Amino acid sequence: MSTSLSGPEPATQAPGREPVRSGLPRKSRTARNHAPITATGLVVKVVLLGLVAGIAIWAAFPLIEAELWVGLAILAVTTAGLCYLYLTRRHIPAKYLVPGTLFLIAFQVFPVLYTASTAFTNFGDGHRGSKDDAIVAIQSSSVKQVPGSTEYSLSIATKGDPTAGPLVFLLTDPRTREVSAGDAAGVRRLDAGQITVSPTGKVTAADGYTILNFGQASARSPEITDLVVPTSGGAIRSNGLSRAYEGKAIRAYDAGCDCVKDSETGKTWTADEATGSFVAADGERLAQGWQVNVGLRNFNRVLTDPNISGPFFGTLVWNFAFAIGSTGLTFLLGMAIALALHSPRMKGTNLYRVLLILPYAMPSFAMLLVWRDMFNTDFGLVNNLFGLGVDWFGETWSARAAVLLVQLWLGYPYMFLVATGALQAIPRELTEATSVDGASPWQTFRAVTLPLLLVALSPLLIASFAYNFNNFNAIYLTTEGGPFPADNPTVGATDLLITYTYRLAFGAQGAQFGFAAAISIFIFAIVATVSAISFRRTRKQEEVYS
Amino acid sequence: MRIRTAGVVAVLGLALAASGCGDNSKDEPAAKESPKAASGKLVIWADDKRTAALKPFAEEFGKENGVTVEVQAVSKDLQTNFVTASQQGSGPDVVVGAHDWIGNLVQNGAIDPVQLAAEQKSGFNETAIKAVTFNGQLYGVPYATENVALIRNTELAPEAPKTIEDLVAAGKKLKAEKKASEILCLQSGQNGDAYHVYPLYTSGGGYLFGTTANGDYDPKDLGVGKPESIAAFQKIAKLGEKGEGALKRSITGENSIATFTGKKCAFLVSGPWAIADAKKAGIKYDISPVPGFAGGKETQPFVGVQAFYVAAKGKNKALAQEFVTNYVTKPELAVALYQAEPRPPALTAAFDQVKGTDPDLAKFSEAGRNGQVLPAIPAMAAIWDPFGKAEAAVIGGADPAKTITAAGKTIAGQIK
Repeated sequence: MSTSLSGPEPATQAPGREPVRSGLPRKSRTARNHAPITATGLVVKVVLLGLVAGIAIWAAFPLIEAELWVGLAILAVTTAGLCYLYLTRRHIPAKYLVPGTLFLIAFQVFPVLYTASTAFTNFGDGHRGSKDDAIVAIQSSSVKQVPGSTEYSLSIATKGDPTAGPLVFLLTDPRTREVSAGDAAGVRRLDAGQITVSPTGKVTAADGYTILNFGQASARSPEITDLVVPTSGGAIRSNGLSRAYEGKAIRAYDAGCDCVKDSETGKTWTADEATGSFVAADGERLAQGWQVNVGLRNFNRVLTDPNISGPFFGTLVWNFAFAIGSTGLTFLLGMAIALALHSPRMKGTNLYRVLLILPYAMPSFAMLLVWRDMFNTDFGLVNNLFGLGVDWFGETWSARAAVLLVQLWLGYPYMFLVATGALQAIPRELTEATSVDGASPWQTFRAVTLPLLLVALSPLLIASFAYNFNNFNAIYLTTEGGPFPADNPTVGATDLLITYTYRLAFGAQGAQFGFAAAISIFIFAIVATVSAISFRRTRKQEEVYS
Repeated sequence: MRIRTAGVVAVLGLALAASGCGDNSKDEPAAKESPKAASGKLVIWADDKRTAALKPFAEEFGKENGVTVEVQAVSKDLQTNFVTASQQGSGPDVVVGAHDWIGNLVQNGAIDPVQLAAEQKSGFNETAIKAVTFNGQLYGVPYATENVALIRNTELAPEAPKTIEDLVAAGKKLKAEKKASEILCLQSGQNGDAYHVYPLYTSGGGYLFGTTANGDYDPKDLGVGKPESIAAFQKIAKLGEKGEGALKRSITGENSIATFTGKKCAFLVSGPWAIADAKKAGIKYDISPVPGFAGGKETQPFVGVQAFYVAAKGKNKALAQEFVTNYVTKPELAVALYQAEPRPPALTAAFDQVKGTDPDLAKFSEAGRNGQVLPAIPAMAAIWDPFGKAEAAVIGGADPAKTITAAGKTIAGQIK
């Protein structure tokens, strides 16, 4: 959610400066429907709408070329709608809501729907394209040179126009230096008197033919690749622009039996639409498969595979502990420092604030790697500094403590910042009143400051929890999920659900996007449930204190 | 006033929104416009270092043949980006990468076999050709090979150890004399490193995959979890933290080379990429094969190969084939790529040409003479993680039999 909200933010801030520049808005309330049209405003509006139209036109061409009429219709309707909306004086609320909604659709709703739809397919390595793609790949990767056949020197020629005339291969046999012309109809010998052959064997001139140079030939590359000259043993194909060979596709697709046949071994692989691959009778499957709809199979696998469901509960418990621990510890430390700096007796607070924010200013990606090296048993700073010999990432509990420590260091400046802000919003009269009533500082904090802080910070804490629940980098860049039990390399002591399933989906034979999408839907469900419950509780709390 | 402001806000927002919406279709123009613009254009994708080395040669190829050649650097996740882009039809014509990508690229239909003439094939190092052969087809044109070796600091250890036991004895002596703090720098980390420990694993008798009749790796014959692999890990366990202390989880990919160049360990197991650091640090070093266990088999490091591939869905396949089969096979290009990054060229002629100026090259290649081609079959992806973790557990003192059996089970479960 936070990304969708932050999307239009820059846009809302930029024009926000404008009233300051041009003085205070006059009669803004009464002029609700009849704001004066200023020249600058008009120019900005025209320029921006022009930009929209320009982008729409730019985006339209490829859509037309790809014949994606639905996409084109959506583009046209959106653009027309936008122009109407901002040229009319009506529909004020829509003017505010539409940009955010568009962002929401483009960056949140669309990806979510796309992920959800992927979860029902076997999309992944070996199953990326269509069945036709797979057949082409199988056939073209089975082309072998006919044993003992001749390798020809090749010149590409045409009888007509170099850019459009029908192509002919001029083939020189390197042993006999005999030249033949080959096209889709077959090969025929050319008379030696009509042709000039260079010492390397290439035909440089031939009566009635125009020889294409590399530049001309490569412009017609697809035609050259597709030109197959039939022979008795197979077919002559080009290999680049200067050589040709007699090759034969060993495997061919037969639409009649919907299968691939190998002409050398006689083996057949029949198409299996359920798995999107060609499978032989003995269970062997061809590597090149295609994308099919597999229904709920990915979801079934998550629920029934003992490799996944077995360690699931333990991982889930640690996942919660990690998310709650990261959020709770950073909050406690951040708040404690904020309270200390909030005290009026504190001096040099600005300096402290700058220093405390430093960890926040460094890229967490790099810091995680630095911390990983600092926890090295023999070379790490932590052990060397304290004279310890702890195998930090080698033992379950020390590894868990280490990742939480790293999280604490990375996360407390944020909590410190937001707690400072929230503290300053709490009126001093309230705390002063409690001290007048004779409350101890602890009682004041428990009864007044903390509840008011939590009202302001609860949503942030929930967001932080949801973020840390899926904090892939924090684990993957430090322990990589380890330490792993010696007898089970699939799930480690610090694995979160996201790192664990990443290993399952992308660790084995290449990427399995469909499976990964199914898992991410499960994780989404868990995080959404936890967040929804927390938000509901927060609302109740707000009702009590506000 | 307020309305005007609102209008500005909204229009600004929707301009952004429209550009956002436009993004969805952004891949299309790249796919659709290229055929028109592609009149004699060749697009090559490579990583940063190789892009720089390739550029002058690509330009020359373009000039000679009247075509445009574009070399584009893809600095991150080249393989994944290539597969995704080629699926959408916006991929390059030629891609440069490691040979163990082949299995995945083939199952995604992203590359086509290349046809090399017999005399072209014979110009290459045999192992390199074997590495780019998959399912009996040649899928790429190799240009460099790489494998790990034992790099030692000759000031601390003048003699190359014959066995790993000799190495441990020498390392322990240095440690006792306070000349070094570690016996051996062989990176493992908390989750292990299958690539670097593999020479020791093979010396102990272990294997990953058996081979089929035609010499390909057979995913059905998994060696991890078999008695040989347990025996190998029992030997490795003796070198671990509870044994000699030569293998440690605290030595990671980040600190192993630095520890060696900092003169804290006399022996480093690493590849040609470590040499630049050693030279910079002014270390006097020598390179020898990774020593095996006394009475064990010879060590067999993984041999990796860098190769050029023809994209199956490229716009200009004929030109791509021409470039890969007739231009990449020239020694000049291989030498230039060697100069950009010193890995032994796969082309024998190029190797002989640079061998004279760089003695390290022959030593690395000697260390890899016995090497095993890193399996390119997709099943290999299932090995790395469980194998590495089992290694780390065994080094840390776990029971080898139990650990390796479990790893074997996990791997077998992930191989389809």
